[in-house]
Amino acid sequence: MTDTKAATAIIEAIGVTKRFGAQEVVRRISFTVPRGQCFGLLGPNGAGKTTTIKMILGQSPLTAGVLTVFGKPLPDHASAVRARTGVVPQEDDLDPDFTIAENLRVYASYFGLEGRDLGTRITELLEFVSLTDRADARVDQLSGGMKRRLTIARALINDPDLIVLDEPTTGLDPQVRHMIWARLRDLKQSGKTLLLTTHYMEEAERLCDDLLIIDHGAIIAQGSPKALIREHVEPEVVELRGADGRIESLLGERADCRIESVGDTVYCYTHDSRPLTERLQGTPELSFLHRPANLEDVFLNITGRDLRE
Amino acid sequence: MDLRVPRIRPKALKVWRRNVLVWRKLITPSLLINFGEPFLYLLGLGFGLGMFIGNMAGLPYLTFLASGIVASSAMNTASFEGMYSVYTRMVPQRTYASMLATPLDVDDIIAGEMLWCATKSTISAAAILLVASLLGAVLSFAAVLAVPIAFTIGLCFAGPAIVMSAFSKSYDFFNYYFTLVVTPMFILCGVFYPIDSLPATLQSFVQVLPLTHAVALVRPLVADQPLTNAGLHLGVLLCYAAISYYLAVILVRRRLIV
Repeated sequence: MTDTKAATAIIEAIGVTKRFGAQEVVRRISFTVPRGQCFGLLGPNGAGKTTTIKMILGQSPLTAGVLTVFGKPLPDHASAVRARTGVVPQEDDLDPDFTIAENLRVYASYFGLEGRDLGTRITELLEFVSLTDRADARVDQLSGGMKRRLTIARALINDPDLIVLDEPTTGLDPQVRHMIWARLRDLKQSGKTLLLTTHYMEEAERLCDDLLIIDHGAIIAQGSPKALIREHVEPEVVELRGADGRIESLLGERADCRIESVGDTVYCYTHDSRPLTERLQGTPELSFLHRPANLEDVFLNITGRDLRE
Repeated sequence: MDLRVPRIRPKALKVWRRNVLVWRKLITPSLLINFGEPFLYLLGLGFGLGMFIGNMAGLPYLTFLASGIVASSAMNTASFEGMYSVYTRMVPQRTYASMLATPLDVDDIIAGEMLWCATKSTISAAAILLVASLLGAVLSFAAVLAVPIAFTIGLCFAGPAIVMSAFSKSYDFFNYYFTLVVTPMFILCGVFYPIDSLPATLQSFVQVLPLTHAVALVRPLVADQPLTNAGLHLGVLLCYAAISYYLAVILVRRRLIV
């Protein structure tokens, strides 16, 4: 049983810890990413997501613990691990001295890839991210969304088994974001393993089979998006606006509601919203939204609503 | 700190090749500078000043100066590339960050950069030799050997420049290195006059500076004089190159692999 698990595990982290001086940014985290899964790493800013990714890529030595990718321990086998990995970093690092196609060609050379097959591969990848007609454009002529798509194409140049994406859709418009989601699903379908960090709970909910929520460097929840919602929050949410001071009377005595207030909005988490929504029908001056609980509710519930930066 | 001895692997050539490809795009302005600057020096100083000086250390001043400029220009080119360009790729442009997501290591990146700095030194030295020979300053075909020597000079100065880049927080920092290291060598190490005309204490200090050894290698080849102590001079240059490569790798690791 353990043997088969080890054989299919792409990433295995046991008690991984990272300290910068006295500050512990990753605290004894353990997790396993099986082959073919899209695995999410969620957490507020400064939670330790990017540091964890850097350790997985051998770009940051571990302070303690064991971390293996493809069964090879890091950081000692960084070069070999990265040969089979594609990386979409948080900050753009495309080469401004080259055109789009040249970016892919030069990056491929770092993997030792050259020759005629490479030309075909570049054509396919540009098609995959819809940049075919931009092949000869310079990087500074691209929009943010195009740069991101190019970065994704670049991450695929070595036909990687593992693709690591650090906030791949941050700052992009909905069209590009949906396009990228579709491409990531294509990649998963073709058997690739994906490791994704994101702030967007909707993104994690749509893409991830399994995910970790980390805060202050430690794991605070793990599971599939559905399981996490089931475990950590009530299934229904009613959001009320402008109900100052009237909330108790609206809820009545029988209401089975957990209340959270943020500014002028009241969130009612409940197992049965009917009594509340029926009463709300009688108060047309109040605007309310009734929806199923989502991963964002889980996230806010367990990491708190305090601002982080 | 990761003090492991760096491995030199053929992968370093990929980094070198990236820089060649960029250079090829800007080849015209690059070469213009490579030819233009020494042309000015040799014309202005060699002819202008040479008119008053006549011979120096038994050589026509133009020949004396040209051989010194070949060495100092190899130094300047590698220093400039190892600071401004390397820093640009390391920090604002994040080129090394992108390379470190591939099988390349810091060891490969620094080795590739040093090879590239040395390549640029070679190009610049070759350009000066060409201009100098057109002006009649090159007295021997042995001067061709100064071209591979310029590569060694480039390696010797590339390492310390990259060490500066690894420390630097901005481009301004490089002014210190140019003012305190590069310019003093340019003035003191025998480019413009023979070092034996310096006071004795200063002479022994100048003997440990790498540019002195670079000039001592290039001048006899250009001026058709016997080359003495070639092994010592080459050894000094290669020592500087090796030690500074190791330091640069450690310091860039410290900066990028955190």
